[in-house]
Amino acid sequence: MSEQLTTTGQHHIKLSEESLQKQTTTLNLGPTHPATHGVFQNIMEIDGERVMETVPTVGYIHRAFEKIAERRPYYQITTLTDRLNYCSAPINNMGWHMTVEKLLGIQTPKRVDYMRIVVMELSRIADHLVCNSVVAVDTGALTGFTYVFQYREKIYEIFEEICGSRLTTNMGRVGGFERNFTDTAFAKLDDFIATFPKVMEEFQSLLDRNRIFMDRCIGAGPINAERALNYGFTGPNLRAAGVDYDVRVAQPYCSYEEFDFKVPVGTTGDVYDRYLVRNAEIWESLSLVKQALAKIRKMDAEFPEQKNVYYALEADHFHLPAKPDVYTKMEALIYHFKIIMGEIDAPVGEVYHSVEGGNGELGFYLISDGGRTPYRLHFRRPCFIYYQAYPEIVSGGLLSDAVITLSSLNVIAGELDG
Amino acid sequence: MALTNEIIQQKLTEKFGEQLTWDTPYGLLTVTAPAEMNLKIMQHLYDDETLRFRFMTDLTAVHYPERAGEELCVVYLLHNMQDNIRLRLKVYVPSEKPDVYTASKLFSTANWMEREAYDFFGVNFIGHPNLIRIMNVDEMEHFPMRKEYEMEDPTRRDKDDEMFGRG
Repeated sequence: MSEQLTTTGQHHIKLSEESLQKQTTTLNLGPTHPATHGVFQNIMEIDGERVMETVPTVGYIHRAFEKIAERRPYYQITTLTDRLNYCSAPINNMGWHMTVEKLLGIQTPKRVDYMRIVVMELSRIADHLVCNSVVAVDTGALTGFTYVFQYREKIYEIFEEICGSRLTTNMGRVGGFERNFTDTAFAKLDDFIATFPKVMEEFQSLLDRNRIFMDRCIGAGPINAERALNYGFTGPNLRAAGVDYDVRVAQPYCSYEEFDFKVPVGTTGDVYDRYLVRNAEIWESLSLVKQALAKIRKMDAEFPEQKNVYYALEADHFHLPAKPDVYTKMEALIYHFKIIMGEIDAPVGEVYHSVEGGNGELGFYLISDGGRTPYRLHFRRPCFIYYQAYPEIVSGGLLSDAVITLSSLNVIAGELDG
Repeated sequence: MALTNEIIQQKLTEKFGEQLTWDTPYGLLTVTAPAEMNLKIMQHLYDDETLRFRFMTDLTAVHYPERAGEELCVVYLLHNMQDNIRLRLKVYVPSEKPDVYTASKLFSTANWMEREAYDFFGVNFIGHPNLIRIMNVDEMEHFPMRKEYEMEDPTRRDKDDEMFGRG
């Protein structure tokens, strides 16, 4: 038996002559590998520890959302957007609602805008917390991850209080929200604002100036501003390379122009800069949540009669009426029926609307031909666009750097595949 | 002086003449050009020191089966970040011969976006370095986002076009 195995010709694993000759190794990283945090396959050619070439394969969880959306009434598409970047689903939901509002020409009340900002900025915090703590995990530091995930949990509890679900939220409706924030929601928000800074500071003190973490991250997976722009980078990854492009500032939506916040930028676009930019953005987002809450409270104090404004009245045709109204009022019953039966037509038009998602410019290109569904809906998914730079970023670097680069780019499989 | 839609329209008309058609849906300047001019226009938009459209935000395709001879539309969304203004460029091609020049030499980001447009609509990007399917399986023989492939089971009567405001 041992004789058989040692003779190459009779070995049960057949290797081609070329593979016995060559000096490099072909490594199949993924599609399901603990270090990739999602279904990413990279076929890498490595020379020792150096990555020479990598070929990414995408499409493992492609769900044909753009095709499905062509047969869904507008209000049913919200659930599809949840599943793009599932780490910050409410931003996708709000972005979609705002796109339809732009098509319909609906102006949302200020109170709705502020409520949306509270929710969107909380999602951004949750998204960045996941990304940064996972970068730390990939460098071998698990502790910070366990600290901040407790606060991600608290954010999800707030979402649960606002809309009833946690990860794939399906939050809000065209025109605003399905219900007002409850007192419990406000209490939970206050609790989060009061207790989160301490934990965040602790997280940063564990990692920011940690010698091991810095040595692992500085210089790993860098991209310069010129290449990043050419590759269509947006969001924290572009800002880490030193370009201060932020959709919230460049094309303000949802009353962001009234708020005071900074756009943090990095210089080298490496893993460490991306980490620092995201941390700085978490603080800015927290400040935005505070500002938005203060504005809501100020409005509620000045105009108590507007306390129950949580959606635009013009959006009635797209907004399911409150259940008690459906049972007691004729108009509400009619709208309820028409909306459920999908009998509401939208105007003919072509709009592009984008929001600053957790990973960059999340765009919705919507073409309506006057029907009840989009004629064509295209999602500009930031992950899909910047992931194509991955082979260029990691080639020449170490294999372990390729792993932390993947996590610090925050490639989310749901947003990659659409 | 900030760049405006009017200046862009004027400058492009000067350069490319009357072959362009213009529209401004929801404030976004949209130019429709003959398909063979797409790269010339984008190169000009990129190089010109006033226009400076050096960021490609999006690229996608749309299928209009009822437009005979120009069934497929390729849509580019370009962005001038310094002046913060966007421009949409559209070219129409027939579905029998959907040939469009690739923009991937000008914008690296167009590489995968063109592969996606090819995968779902069958747009043939001439000169693309690696025009293969990206989301669907390699063995697939059709282009699923074209309108002839229906979402619903065609035998169902309860979800026909009438239910969606068409037909």
